[in-house]
Amino acid sequence: MTELKLPSIDYPSIAPILIMLGVALLGVLVEAFVPRPRRHLVQLTLSLVAVLAALVMVVLNADARLVTAGGALAVDGPALFLQGTILVLAAMSLLLIGERSVERGGAFVAQAAVTAESADDRKQAEGRNGATEVYPLTSFAIGGMLIFVAANDLLTMFIALEVFSLPLYLLCALARRRRLLSQEAAMKYFLLGAYASAFFLFGVALVYGFTAGIPGRSAGVDFATVHAAVNESPASEVLLFAGMALIAIGLLFKAAAAPFHVWTPDVYQGAPTPVTGFMAACTKVAAFGALLRVFHVAFDQTAWDFTPVLGVVAVLTMLVGAVLAVTQTDIKRLLAYSSIANAGYLLVGVLAPTGAGVSGTMFYLAAYGFSVLAAFAVVTLVRDADGEATHLSRWAGLGRRSPFYAGVFTFILLAFAGIPLTSGFMSKFAVFGPALESGHAWLVVAGVLTSMVLAFPYLRVVVMMWLSEPGESTPTVAVPGGLTATALMIGVAATLILGVLPAPLLDLATDAAAFVR
Amino acid sequence: MSNFPFLSVLTVAPLVGALVVAFLPRRRPDLAKQVAFGWSLLVLALSVVMWVSFQADGDRLQFRESYPWIPTWDVNFTFAVDGIALVMLMLIAVLVPLVILASWHDADASKRSVPAYFALLLVLESTMIGVFAAADVFLFYVFFEVMLVPMYFLIGSYGGHQRQYAAVKFFLYSLVGGLFMLAAVIGLWVVGGKTFDWQTLTQVDISTGTERWLFLGFFLAFAIKAPFFPFHTWLPDAGRAAPAGAAALLVGVLDKVGTFGILRYCLPLFPEASKWFAPWALALGLIGILYAALLAVGQSDLKRLVSYTSIAHFGFIGVGIFAFTTQAGTGAVLYMLNHGLATGLLFLVVGMLIARRGSSLISDFGGAGKLVPLLAGVLFFAGLASLALPGTAPFVSEFLVLIGTFTVNKPVAVIATLGIILAAAYVLWMVQRTTQGTLNPELTEVKAMHRDLTLREKAVVAPLIALILLLGFYPKPVTDVINPAVQATMQDVGKTDPAPEVGSVQEAAQ
Repeated sequence: MTELKLPSIDYPSIAPILIMLGVALLGVLVEAFVPRPRRHLVQLTLSLVAVLAALVMVVLNADARLVTAGGALAVDGPALFLQGTILVLAAMSLLLIGERSVERGGAFVAQAAVTAESADDRKQAEGRNGATEVYPLTSFAIGGMLIFVAANDLLTMFIALEVFSLPLYLLCALARRRRLLSQEAAMKYFLLGAYASAFFLFGVALVYGFTAGIPGRSAGVDFATVHAAVNESPASEVLLFAGMALIAIGLLFKAAAAPFHVWTPDVYQGAPTPVTGFMAACTKVAAFGALLRVFHVAFDQTAWDFTPVLGVVAVLTMLVGAVLAVTQTDIKRLLAYSSIANAGYLLVGVLAPTGAGVSGTMFYLAAYGFSVLAAFAVVTLVRDADGEATHLSRWAGLGRRSPFYAGVFTFILLAFAGIPLTSGFMSKFAVFGPALESGHAWLVVAGVLTSMVLAFPYLRVVVMMWLSEPGESTPTVAVPGGLTATALMIGVAATLILGVLPAPLLDLATDAAAFVR
Repeated sequence: MSNFPFLSVLTVAPLVGALVVAFLPRRRPDLAKQVAFGWSLLVLALSVVMWVSFQADGDRLQFRESYPWIPTWDVNFTFAVDGIALVMLMLIAVLVPLVILASWHDADASKRSVPAYFALLLVLESTMIGVFAAADVFLFYVFFEVMLVPMYFLIGSYGGHQRQYAAVKFFLYSLVGGLFMLAAVIGLWVVGGKTFDWQTLTQVDISTGTERWLFLGFFLAFAIKAPFFPFHTWLPDAGRAAPAGAAALLVGVLDKVGTFGILRYCLPLFPEASKWFAPWALALGLIGILYAALLAVGQSDLKRLVSYTSIAHFGFIGVGIFAFTTQAGTGAVLYMLNHGLATGLLFLVVGMLIARRGSSLISDFGGAGKLVPLLAGVLFFAGLASLALPGTAPFVSEFLVLIGTFTVNKPVAVIATLGIILAAAYVLWMVQRTTQGTLNPELTEVKAMHRDLTLREKAVVAPLIALILLLGFYPKPVTDVINPAVQATMQDVGKTDPAPEVGSVQEAAQ
């Protein structure tokens, strides 16, 4: 038996992950020992501080380019850029999650286990403070995402996938109102997510089998081994392609790409809106971070084989998202389909096999995350006595009732539509440019055509808000508490700044585009 | 004085003005109007100084300024104008104050904020100036798209009948064209060696197939914008729904971006493709002239009628551009200016009539000349200018287009001439049915119809009438500026065998 050696661990470079997971555990203890009235404040402060501390560590690590923890984690440019993006967006999400002045007791239910729609349930919807378990759950999810984008082997990636997915399933079920929708969303997300994870794991097993038998190397699922195996393995390529396809399914599910998108509208609609925003922003970053790493680091030499397939997936995703967005009547479902279409644009960037493709995708992720969080922040504010008024017809004339928030939302919609001087335009350029350069003109044309279709639903909302007369049922906009207002302003400011002066972030993304293997 | 950064200042100034106006209190609409008007006069004054400093026999592009914007993609704030752009900038600078003056009471009727209306007009002016002043393709695209937003809200918030439908249609049509252009812009960036500088890009050699696709991407956007047949259906709706002042800017200036874009981008950047597609473009122009004129004859709504006349005129401009002679090209550019003046005047006068009557249907008028003789006279004059009567400015341009076309393509010139006859038909019938003939008794009951041109309205129409007459008799100051730019553009197209470029560009092209 060979002697076991402890792997060397570069603690500073994985400090962000340790901080987030550590604070998540601490949050569990807080639940046990801090008296209930104080928990909200303590938990919120704790998780915000953790996110900011982790962000500081990411910034301090900015120059790190190394593989650590026994080859399990790669702390390189893309990992750090995406970790930073996740942390900033997570901080904004936490602000939304922590908001309690818009709705009494916050957006979350006090006890999720009470039978939905029962008398007890209605009573707790009235004003009992929401569960504070959401903070450790969110912290676990953030920690998982940080590992996910830095994972250097498929098994670590799988564990990270589970670490960030399980808390998300729970968070989806915790909406204060419309409990049944919320529970249904969580159930759907969980079941489909479990399938996707199983696919992923099976794919990992097949790829492991494929790597066996390379001369001078032991089998493994770390990306360097997989990369080497693509050319050197004597095993049948069927193993490789089947494994790659299954892994892709697992990741594309999280990324909400068609045809693995069906959960998205239901889950986005049913989940508490702050959680929806968190998923739309951070989960997207994590999923595409992993896709980038898997296809640019492990399987990059099979680009000729996977590009056509993933290209078709991208076109399908854009089409499904854009066309179905047109028919939506609920603002959260509309944003869900828009998020699906955006997954398609992001895939166009992923498929450009250049550094510019990587940096463009990362820029897109950051820009989209800010905008989409701001959009969901506005959704939390438009409400009536029954909670959020998400049906589009209820938004008619909002511009007259609350010109400021309608204006903010219009600006975000213009950004989604890709009008210049918003981050949406710059990010489209950032992914389409490298795609055209790599000869994927068809993807760009599909992207442009679907953008036209997608402009229509956005414009419909703008028309609703500004050009329609307010009706009896036009809800008012709640005055946001400081937390939502901060998150909203950060999102809108980022959308504007990245649209007018994108150069600093673009440079950062360009410098960070190189993976280590 | 030529070192003064005219173009960036001209682009930014209206935007600053818009911010000032937007933050004026809603309760003091008059102050907002005065500030907006004063601001647009300042812009006009600066434009006049720029016009004087422009050296007609100097470089093709003058007043060049360049500041880095996004170094990663080599995007710069590059501004520069040739004679064509300069003329368009002057047109904007002249029209906007007049439109503000003409729209003095337009926003009062709506329940919406009055300062916002004038702020939007100034934002629109800023983006329009930017689009003509940009010499960086990316920057041009940015202005081209952003221009939609203020116009969308002007039509949608302050417009008349069916304003929502018209605003959305306008926005979607333009956006569709714009997105095709975006694909072409990215394509041009890739084959052009990752630069957006217009001057550099004109030197790039592009393979024939790529060039044709890129041309189509740009041309489609411009053809929708102009609009050429069959992409024109948004204009009558938008023109009818927009408030008269915004409509005058929409047709007078905004749509010129389409024809300007063809002259500035399609022809010099894709000369071979331009020649290859020229027969199709000429055909579209001819169909536009005849089809739109016929439709104009049959319109029952004054603003829709004027919109259709405008589509017919754009057909003439298109023919003039794609005839590829200096005469026709100069005529086309001059037409862009004169059409802005004449149709702008026509829209404003029609707007004054409609504001009095409260209806834009031709059948609601009849014999109005007996009640408001001066207004009817101005309408008649605007109509004559629009049908290109000798002595008015549009005649010069239409004549130049036709003789310039005749020298190279007789059938096209002959068919286009039919448009003149139809123009006489739609203008004269319109004038006859609204202001001549027996007095419609309903008109006498409308109190406002007894009020002839006010001093403010006289101040709006007088400069336009003066300019139309002046340029009708003595167009030389303008043609002197236009001619060198058009000659240079025609040379771009005429170069049959471009000098071979460095190898890297060709590689990028594959």
